[in-house]
Amino acid sequence: MKPAISVEGISKEYVIGNETIFGQSFREMVVGSLKSPFRKFRRLSERDARQDRFWALKDVSFDVQPGEIVGVIGRNGAGKSTLLKILSRITTPTEGQITYRGRLASLLEVGTGFHPELTGRENIFLNGAILGMTQNEIGRKLDEIVDFAGIAKFLDTPVKRFSSGMYVRLAFAVAAHLDPEILVVDEVLAVGDIAFQIKCLGKMRDVAGDGRTVLMVSHNMGTISSFCSRGIVLNNGNVSYSGTTEKAIEIYALDISGSIKKDISNLPFNGPGSVKPIEVQIKHSHGVGNSMVSGEDNEIVFELNAESNMDNVEMAFGVYDQLQRRIGIADSAAKRKSFQLYKGNNTVKCKIKKLSLGPGKYYLNISIRRGFELLYGVERCKEIEVYFGTSYKDEILPNRGPLIFDHEWSKAGKVD
Amino acid sequence: MFDFSELWAYRELIWVMVMKDIKVRYKQTVMGVAWAVIQPLTMMVIFSLIFGRLAKIPSDGYPYPIFVFSGLLAWNFFSSSVGTAGGSLVGSQSLISKVYFPRIIVPLSSIGVAMVDFLIASTILLAMMVHYGQALSAKLLLLPCFLAGLIMVSVGLGSWLAAVTVTYRDFRYVIPYMLQVWMYLTPVIYPLSFLSESWRWVMHFNPMYAWIDGVRACFLGLPIDLFGVAVSTVVTLIIFVVGLCYFARAERRFADII
Repeated sequence: MKPAISVEGISKEYVIGNETIFGQSFREMVVGSLKSPFRKFRRLSERDARQDRFWALKDVSFDVQPGEIVGVIGRNGAGKSTLLKILSRITTPTEGQITYRGRLASLLEVGTGFHPELTGRENIFLNGAILGMTQNEIGRKLDEIVDFAGIAKFLDTPVKRFSSGMYVRLAFAVAAHLDPEILVVDEVLAVGDIAFQIKCLGKMRDVAGDGRTVLMVSHNMGTISSFCSRGIVLNNGNVSYSGTTEKAIEIYALDISGSIKKDISNLPFNGPGSVKPIEVQIKHSHGVGNSMVSGEDNEIVFELNAESNMDNVEMAFGVYDQLQRRIGIADSAAKRKSFQLYKGNNTVKCKIKKLSLGPGKYYLNISIRRGFELLYGVERCKEIEVYFGTSYKDEILPNRGPLIFDHEWSKAGKVD
Repeated sequence: MFDFSELWAYRELIWVMVMKDIKVRYKQTVMGVAWAVIQPLTMMVIFSLIFGRLAKIPSDGYPYPIFVFSGLLAWNFFSSSVGTAGGSLVGSQSLISKVYFPRIIVPLSSIGVAMVDFLIASTILLAMMVHYGQALSAKLLLLPCFLAGLIMVSVGLGSWLAAVTVTYRDFRYVIPYMLQVWMYLTPVIYPLSFLSESWRWVMHFNPMYAWIDGVRACFLGLPIDLFGVAVSTVVTLIIFVVGLCYFARAERRFADII
């Protein structure tokens, strides 16, 4: 079968350091333009030749077969957004070409082109037309869209009076009723409250189940693992992996682990610092770095440097979420464990069994004590990305709380 | 070159965007669509008072209000087309960086809006002619030809300016002045006969002259300056082709630099 999308060697070059009107003071700008009014004009037109260039994508090639649901993952700056923009034809690649077989629609943002002054109904037609639907098609689907968004009562109210929830629901509803053969989507899926998110998910599954070709970009490994049949990992503008979703997620997790290299010994700390961590790493079955895997064993390895020999050293770390809320701590004192450290480097490990943290970003605080004396304390010294391993199937709903219970389901009654 | 087949596939979007602009313009106004009538009328009254009464500019024997209105009608179409089309792309930044559609639709829909205003103003003009007891001329049937000329200049110049403004925002400030000066250099509120005989030929280099003069000739039944029309047609075709070609070439970079 011929691929629905075939991407052949595309590269995209951006010019960085655009004109710097704001880089200079207003006075400089006025004086400068009085002295030589055309210099600026000349500079704008010559900037291609003079300024730094940056390849957001370099020689990217892949095929997407009809009916495939491909997830594109990668760190910030890996080129995902650029790839999406090129695939959805918003911008053209500097080199290479893309061939599509089928009608293409893209959804990079919910509610593109919504006008606040227009009513819900008018916006449905406007937004639909912008996304590439015909007026007839929208007319036919109007009831379905309104029903899906649950805004029937407000259909003739200007959307500027909508609550933000109603607004995104309506916007998503229009987009969800787009019927393209190839759909390119950014991380725009989960909007609204939980009930609506479940509805969105159901709709997305229908689209996917209909044999439509979907290419989506997401930071949410849950979305990727529950929807996609194939994963593509982008790294620095290159495809670093293309294959099964599980493997792609694994590679991505290793990639983000390697990317955060903060030198822990240079952070401001409390206490005398007679013992200092010089490196903190996390080990799990998929590798070593800054990531943790839910539901699996993760080991935190602290490399400590002590100024002299000392005993009865206790160590603790706390895990905080992005809102600086403490999720929990692990304290060696609570486990009745203290360490004897020698002058120089020592390695202390803490194993967390079957990690019950949900996916997301967390931070570590570390404290090292001897009795009641604080030897060293540091806040937010390490960023940890927790992702789902293969033990859980994620349903991409956020707000499920930071905890994941290690649980099993069963039904009482006859054993078969 | 320019992809007309794609534009045809998206033709509905132009209409939807024109309707959006018109609807949005009169939302939450008490007078509503009446403004579409009040605006050109007020302008006509002001021009009639200042230029017709005070400055006593001749009007080839026609009542000055009708004379000036027939010219303003055509000029306003051109000036609001070019003026709004010029800034249209920059104004739809979020659309352009988030979704694909033929970019030319943005300036085209600005011109579409101006077209609707033109049609409203034409009805007012016809009503005024009845009021002043002016007979309608058979030349009115030629109006679509002159209108086509006006539309082609507007599309060519408007899309070129829209594309250039994306890179050089300076044009946002240049366009209004350019249009204002241009209006006084074109026989809109004065007749060509106002210029001395030895200078009239210069006017033929102004591509707007023949179209404005032609629209007025159609309404008032004046003779049509065929030589002027020929020159303007050539200049207009050049502007149209160059404008669209420039746009098609620049279009590829819009999302990156807007």
